[in-house]
Amino acid sequence: MADTKSGDINTGNKSFSEFIKGFWKENPVLVMLLGMCPTLAVTTSAINGLTMGLAVVFVMTGSSVIVSLVRNIVPKQVRIATFVVIIATFVTMVDLFLKAFLLDLSKALGPFIPLIVVNCIILGRAEAFASRNSVWLSLVDALGVSFGFTVTLVFLGGIREILGMRTFFGMSVLGEGFEPWVIMLLPPGAFITLGFMLGAKNLIDRKMKERKKY
Amino acid sequence: MSTRVKMILILTLFASISGGVLSIVYLFSSPLIEANLLEELKKSIFLVVPNAKDYDEKVIDEITYFECRDESGSTVGIALPARGNGYQGVIKLMVGLTPDLSRITGIKVLEQIETPGLGGRIGEDSFQNQFKGVQTEPAVEYVKNREPEKDTEIQAITGATISSRSIVSIINKNIQMLKDAL
Repeated sequence: MADTKSGDINTGNKSFSEFIKGFWKENPVLVMLLGMCPTLAVTTSAINGLTMGLAVVFVMTGSSVIVSLVRNIVPKQVRIATFVVIIATFVTMVDLFLKAFLLDLSKALGPFIPLIVVNCIILGRAEAFASRNSVWLSLVDALGVSFGFTVTLVFLGGIREILGMRTFFGMSVLGEGFEPWVIMLLPPGAFITLGFMLGAKNLIDRKMKERKKY
Repeated sequence: MSTRVKMILILTLFASISGGVLSIVYLFSSPLIEANLLEELKKSIFLVVPNAKDYDEKVIDEITYFECRDESGSTVGIALPARGNGYQGVIKLMVGLTPDLSRITGIKVLEQIETPGLGGRIGEDSFQNQFKGVQTEPAVEYVKNREPEKDTEIQAITGATISSRSIVSIINKNIQMLKDAL
């Protein structure tokens, strides 16, 4: 494995940048626009977004590490099949865990937990990163990307919950005087909120670029 | 070793490991999952039939219902699991009835995927509590834009007439089916 001893000074910096990129520069939702189905469907409340995000953190971290560990023994013709088997194993574990310990959340997320198997963020990271990098870097990359996904989902779910139900994580934040916007809880609300988030991210990026120029 | 053999071996190996790991996880989680489901069933039965302390599961003509008893062992009511179509998908209910099936003692929505904030409000207590004491003969009805007057009436949720109507028709249909079977 060539990438283990390429200078320890750089490893720390590189790990950090691989971790942090998932939150902004390569945010899976806002930049890569991957995994849109769970992103739009389950984020009717902040807690749903958080649970979905944490399930993805577990699945992605586990599968990225395993994929990276076995990357040199899996023939390239069957690599996707192998990755899917690995990912499906972790997803089924999460699904059983939620059913056993958090039944209400499991019901709220419904079929979207089993559908993590086909979430393209996870397969995407396995194929594009974990199958080509060391275990340590793959772990860091998976943690960064999946926590970036989680933060984005909590944000999206939070905005929809506040405007649609006047609550945040179930706590009342807007007074009785505020008429809830029911549309925020419906599918259009997800698209509208995501659109504004994408716009805001690009606006901030552009402003930062302009500032650097002068 | 040729690539073809290696492909088969590796994939078989991974599938077997995966199967092994999952069966262990399943072994530990399945008793908990079953206990959860039973606990939920019990909770919903005792919620819709007040004073119930124990129940017997009965099956008649493929209809499952629960005959509820109090401490002294006398029958205090019947809990009937009911299901039918709502606005967006299947709605599952637990309906509590007096032993002669003439009055509803309570209902609980167990599963629904109605529109959040509109039809989804069928899951709220204010809607479900309306059904307490409602007469089932000749049929439960819903009213809109006015207060219920008769003993058989409940008020529909504003903006969610279809979901409210679905609940009422699911209740009527399932009670009728049980009556026919008994």
